[in-house]
Amino acid sequence: MHADPKGVLTGVHFLDGDHACCEGTLAAGARFAAGYPITPSTEVVERFASRIPTVGGIFIQMEDELAASIAIQGAVWGGAKAFTVTSGPGFSLMMEHIGYAAITETPCVFVNVQRGGPSTGLPTLPAQADMMQARWGSHGDYGIIALCPNSPQECFDLTITGFNLAEEFRVPVMMMLDECVGHMTEKVIIPPADQIEVSPRRYTHKPPAEYHPFEPGEDLVPEMVKAGDGYRFHVTGLTHDERGYPSMDVATQDRLVRRLLDKLKPFSNGRAICDTADLEDAEVAVVSYGITSRVAQRAIELARTRGIRAGKFRLISAWPFPEQHIAALAGRVKAFVVPELNLGQMVHEVERAAAGRAKVIPVSHAGGTVHDPEVILKAIVEAAK
Amino acid sequence: MLTEIRVAGFGGQGVILAAIVVGKAKAIFEGAYATMTQSFGPEARGGSSSAQCILSDDPILYPYITRPDVLVVMSQEAYTRFSPDLKHGGILIVEQDLVHLGNVPAGARVYGVPATRLAEELGRKVVLNIVMVGFLGAVTGLVAADALRNAVKDSVPPALEKLNLQAFDKGFEYGSHLMQKLVEEGQAEPVLSFESES
Amino acid sequence: MSEQLLEVECEIPEGSFNPVEPFLRMDRIPHIWCAGCGIGTTVNCFTRALLESKANLDKVAIVSGIGCTGRVAGYARLDSFHTTHGRAIPFATGLKLANPELQVVVYSGDGDLFAIGGNHFIHAARRNMDIKVICVNNLTYAMTGGQTAPTTPSHVISATAPYGVFEPAFNLVQLADACGASYVARWTTFHVKQLARSMEEVLKKKGFGFIEIVSPCPTLYQRRNKMGDGLDTMKYYKQASKIRHGAPTGECSLTKSGEIVVGKFIDRERPDYYELLQAQMHESLGDRYAEPEVGCSEC
Repeated sequence: MHADPKGVLTGVHFLDGDHACCEGTLAAGARFAAGYPITPSTEVVERFASRIPTVGGIFIQMEDELAASIAIQGAVWGGAKAFTVTSGPGFSLMMEHIGYAAITETPCVFVNVQRGGPSTGLPTLPAQADMMQARWGSHGDYGIIALCPNSPQECFDLTITGFNLAEEFRVPVMMMLDECVGHMTEKVIIPPADQIEVSPRRYTHKPPAEYHPFEPGEDLVPEMVKAGDGYRFHVTGLTHDERGYPSMDVATQDRLVRRLLDKLKPFSNGRAICDTADLEDAEVAVVSYGITSRVAQRAIELARTRGIRAGKFRLISAWPFPEQHIAALAGRVKAFVVPELNLGQMVHEVERAAAGRAKVIPVSHAGGTVHDPEVILKAIVEAAK
Repeated sequence: MLTEIRVAGFGGQGVILAAIVVGKAKAIFEGAYATMTQSFGPEARGGSSSAQCILSDDPILYPYITRPDVLVVMSQEAYTRFSPDLKHGGILIVEQDLVHLGNVPAGARVYGVPATRLAEELGRKVVLNIVMVGFLGAVTGLVAADALRNAVKDSVPPALEKLNLQAFDKGFEYGSHLMQKLVEEGQAEPVLSFESES
Repeated sequence: MSEQLLEVECEIPEGSFNPVEPFLRMDRIPHIWCAGCGIGTTVNCFTRALLESKANLDKVAIVSGIGCTGRVAGYARLDSFHTTHGRAIPFATGLKLANPELQVVVYSGDGDLFAIGGNHFIHAARRNMDIKVICVNNLTYAMTGGQTAPTTPSHVISATAPYGVFEPAFNLVQLADACGASYVARWTTFHVKQLARSMEEVLKKKGFGFIEIVSPCPTLYQRRNKMGDGLDTMKYYKQASKIRHGAPTGECSLTKSGEIVVGKFIDRERPDYYELLQAQMHESLGDRYAEPEVGCSEC
């Protein structure tokens, strides 16, 4: 269906990534946000707090990130599309409820504008060091989707994609911005509402007597209901059966937890969102994401001018990791160069997928600024040898 | 062509807005590309403020400036801190009543404007940033005057539009006269002759 | 909205033997609670209150945290949410704001609501969020084996205070009062009639309502402290309780074996969060303010 025009600020704007992300939430149909102030992410909800009373919805500033990350899930079960926004220290606190969203299959969006860590780290400077946390941060086995915009325009576009994927797969979706993208101001084009596709919630049409809240459909995703509609359903963070009832049964645990991962398989295989260029003849593939992908692009161009056949593989959806794509490339290129603003996170996934069939060269950076393109270039030159 | 601009001054002078107006003019009203970033956190508190803007005919990849082609300073501290980074042959634009020029970077072309005084003539000192933008437009020719005016209109509350446009025009006229004078004196150089990295 | 909660819905299924059955998920019974535990008693009172209040049960949602009392949500035949430890209140906050026509009841234990969830409790009370918090206070962490809770009175022996608790305990009704709750009452599981009436009353009260129910945990609290079984505890509640409606909450602390002041302490009128939100937006935005429409089925 099309976006509700009330939330869509159609036009050409000059916005930073945080503000563009907020416009993305509104266009996607989010009418509830809960947040707790933290640099460099707060601008997202500041704009939401300013915009939402005239659109029709609620912003509430909660007492901490634990509260914000569960309040949104209450709102989702109340019928809203909802999200929260944070940065590293707050993201750590939200892990509990990423797990809750995963096991209760609550569609919601967590925006993380990454900054340098660990702990308080570099509050005002960029990093990409929460990538593994986004995937593995809560305990237990579960799957999530993570998207990595590299410009304010993508902060808008991909936030809508993120909300749509959350509804389609009933998973928490992580919007993995970084301080640089969040605070960078560029042109953002917001199309008319009738050109924006939004995914509606997958509400059941079954009557209450026939409905089981966690009975998966063919695509392994169960249909949803919301509170107040007469279904008298139960939702729990405990392992539960198709009725939603707690179960200590080993088979039930196996069925539930495998499904939480398996339902994302179509996404990780065929539907991964990647941006590739110059890979046809490439001897070196540069795998990057978020702000680093822009700097990497500069390095790729510099390499090409020197006659090195470098190509771009940009992870727009970093999780689920597009394993098959990388595996296929590994048979064709000599090496992967993986620059990221951390001391080695997604590079491990590349290594795993490449499985020794191509060299994998990390270009790590502890964060605080972006890479110098020359440093990435050096790695490309090395890799091509 | 890619041009790097840094705007710096005190907090409260509207440094960020000045950079937004320039970027917006280029990106939206001239249909080219602009990336604006700003300093946040402790360095953005405590009085100083700085913004960076990259203007380009092509999509911008690297988000930060390295050595600015144009440096706009509205405080002594900003001048001291940022002038050594100015690219050789770059343009230095100063609020001439607030900045005492000590060691001018070698090769720099310096243009001064009494922006605060011009703003005060309009009755509102706060629009000095927009006076600076008008002046920058006139002396650099980087962005068309119309595009800048549209960007000013698009960036301020409707109630303050007239005032800000007057401020812009004052700065622009001051800059135009200055350039005219320099041409007559045979001192003006072609505006966009500085070296650019890409 | 509470004024819409009019229809009675309590058809008794064929072959049923207990009037509370329509309110429970009978396919989940037997429950996990121990013999002599007070939680079941409170659930009985709650079903009575729902019946008497003539609430439309399709519009009542119950939210629990973790712990023995946290299991109540699983047994209530309502829209029910068993959330994470301590976070029932912020979940309920989001649920209520997204769908204001719901009557949202938080039903949880003292450890869940006042230790790990204490921050959420005080802020929801401060905001006067229109949710009803029912706390079964068994003075201990029961599900994990009887450890010290922020409510455990001094000198009590617990699994983590083998030589006796010495840190001061929270007086829950005073805390709720100080944070601005609209309704504050305390009963014991001995006071079933008063409790049911109080629950019925709080369901009709707008704003943040709080009922503390002092309740036995014979397995882990009473036994460890040589205080007898469930029946002995009822005798103690009967003997030591004193009904003092309107008593200053600061005078209502609980001790190991002393007097238990019960009654309704606070019943005040205060605009709730949603009313304050709307008033502020109308004042600031006038006609530009758009009423939230978050809970629509089409969204």
